[in-house]
Amino acid sequence: MKLKVFLAMMLSLILAAGMLSACASSSGEGAAASEAATETAAPAGTTAAEPASSEGSVYFLNFKPEVAEKWEEIAQVYSGETGVTVEVMTAASNMYEQTLRSEIAKTKAPTLFQINGPVGYQNWSDYCLDLKDTEFYEYLSDKSLAVTSGDGVYGIPYAIEGYGIIYNKTIVADYCALDGAVIASADEIVNFDTLKAVAEDMQARKDELGIEGAFASTSFAAGEDWRWQTHLANVPLYYEFQDKGVDDAETVDGTYLENFKNIFDLYINNSITSPNLLSSKTVGDSMAEFALGQVAFAQNGDWAWGDIKDNEVGEDEIGYLPIYIGVDGEENQGLCVGTENFWSINSQASEADQQATLDFVKWLLTSDTGKDYLVNQMGFTAPFTTFGEEEAPSNPLSNSILEYSASGKTAVSWAFSAMPSQTYKNHVGQALLEYAQGTGTWDNVEIVFIDEWAAEKVNPTAEQ
Amino acid sequence: MDRALKKYFPIFVLPTLAAFILWFIIPFIMGLYLSFCEFTTVTNTTFVGLSNYMRVFSDGGFVYSFMFTTAFAVVSVLTINVLAFTIAMLLTKGIRGTNIFRTVFFMPNLIGGIVLGYIGMLVLNGILINFDRTITYSGAYGFWGLVILMNWQQIGYMMVIYIAGIQNIPGELIEAAKIDGARPSQTLRHITIPMVMPSVTICVFLTLTNSFKLFDQNLALTAGAPSDKSAMLALNIYNTFYGRVGWEGVGQAKAVLFFAVVAVIGLVQLGITRRKEVQQ
Repeated sequence: MKLKVFLAMMLSLILAAGMLSACASSSGEGAAASEAATETAAPAGTTAAEPASSEGSVYFLNFKPEVAEKWEEIAQVYSGETGVTVEVMTAASNMYEQTLRSEIAKTKAPTLFQINGPVGYQNWSDYCLDLKDTEFYEYLSDKSLAVTSGDGVYGIPYAIEGYGIIYNKTIVADYCALDGAVIASADEIVNFDTLKAVAEDMQARKDELGIEGAFASTSFAAGEDWRWQTHLANVPLYYEFQDKGVDDAETVDGTYLENFKNIFDLYINNSITSPNLLSSKTVGDSMAEFALGQVAFAQNGDWAWGDIKDNEVGEDEIGYLPIYIGVDGEENQGLCVGTENFWSINSQASEADQQATLDFVKWLLTSDTGKDYLVNQMGFTAPFTTFGEEEAPSNPLSNSILEYSASGKTAVSWAFSAMPSQTYKNHVGQALLEYAQGTGTWDNVEIVFIDEWAAEKVNPTAEQ
Repeated sequence: MDRALKKYFPIFVLPTLAAFILWFIIPFIMGLYLSFCEFTTVTNTTFVGLSNYMRVFSDGGFVYSFMFTTAFAVVSVLTINVLAFTIAMLLTKGIRGTNIFRTVFFMPNLIGGIVLGYIGMLVLNGILINFDRTITYSGAYGFWGLVILMNWQQIGYMMVIYIAGIQNIPGELIEAAKIDGARPSQTLRHITIPMVMPSVTICVFLTLTNSFKLFDQNLALTAGAPSDKSAMLALNIYNTFYGRVGWEGVGQAKAVLFFAVVAVIGLVQLGITRRKEVQQ
């Protein structure tokens, strides 16, 4: 009898467990999905939405998780002012394409979304409205920045960004004060050879300087390698395109890959982290190392300001260096300035929604509230004529970008927008990681860089 | 009774059937259709016939992932079932704290795959850091990391099924064997194992299909790093679908092939182990 009772209990436990585990796994996915996309409708807007729906509504799929909360505020403010519903959804880091793909197939699709440049346009061309005759395009200060195809304008950048090697002025000054320092001031770092000499000497004397390494971790955790496979790889790619006088190509030769190797070697060999442990490091880790004053250099862009501020390293201690890779004439090279943030408007949305979206964008770019959010709250350098000179974000990194362009140095453009696909970038990143760990060779990096470019550039749709 | 059942049968079946059709049959047919299409979003498609299937194998990663997954399935089916059975044997001997042990072994199964994967990553990286390595150092690290993770998650569940099976063995059989002078190893081989074959069928089926379909844990633990050397089939399909422009249909075709492979393997295994079951 006892056995029977126990069996019955066991059986019900198994059944319950089956259900529980089913719940657990689906809530696991649910958690991932809700992490991937935090949906928030402006409460004020949703209630006001029903009567206003004939006037169209806005649904913005945001790319930048770091400013997600600001967008939600904007949505509420705008809905409060105009009564138009603005819904904002934010895709998790590195999940934008996935989120967009599922969102845009819905009946209530995003009306305002982001493409990452010409390659993104190829993928989303069916959904991008021609913005040529809109005020949105008219406001754009440099028309060459837009994503165009034929006569049409399909993507308009809303923020210009710049990246380079961020350095800690105090640590570098401390280093210059040491006996036998190879430079007397940070201004002398104007090419790869000096940078290399300084970084290697700093690494050797890190105990004297009270730091743990010259460079912050070269982060290679899953989804955290974009600073290398995209941003660092951009520099050799840019010089190759410069030589050829193109901004996109079906194949690449990898002319400057040797330089790429040099700078990458410099990063990983003079780092706070042993090369074997890089695959566990995230961008956040390496920015924390920099912000806490443990390292002198970290490659990143102005968006990293949020990670650095309010820590050990003060606002006036931060400087910016271009990424030198040892190319002739690089003394005149500036930061890498460009954008991969292009707004597109859904061409398959209803006309009322398109108009509502255009009005929303116009409000963002012209009203004081909208401009304040873009510039001061989110720190975007907005490339529009509606923004005056003083209406630019003021943080040391953004200021530095302006200084570099004012000083007449040649900015390195973002050639990487021509990279064929996310898979290509990931494979380059993984090849770099294997090289760093010693489990792969540099030859393999070159093979991936060159051969996969050609393979991935072949657009299978065009073949048929 | 029978008449009543017949009469109300549709009413009882309807909710489940509707759910099954809505969330399984229809998406399945849509998926099948999409594998013959070129598309960016699932609502905007062009029919292209078999070309997606022809391109599946032009991507070397698929074959590699298939081999990796097969090797993983073999290793984890063996380890999970052997360990789960051993623990089940130990925990039916009436040792002290049996219930606590059962609970402890069962707990990891209640945690979702993604979370478990991240916990696994932190734990394994925490150990490997002493050896100047990480879990994504090479494909082999990822492979054994996944094996450990799946063992951790599934042993408890399989243990419960085996315990139920073992307790179902009539006491007189064991007693008779004892009286006949059978040694414990002989009892195990000739009585216990044949009698728990129904549980073996279920456990092997569950572990085998789970191993082939593994996705969450793979994504959270290694995400395929380095260079897709620890990417299993489901992750390879996911990356094909989302990571490459113009490869959505190919990803869909891979998914259909994947379904066929898992279904065939599952059915073959069921057939084989069923034949070994004995009637009480």
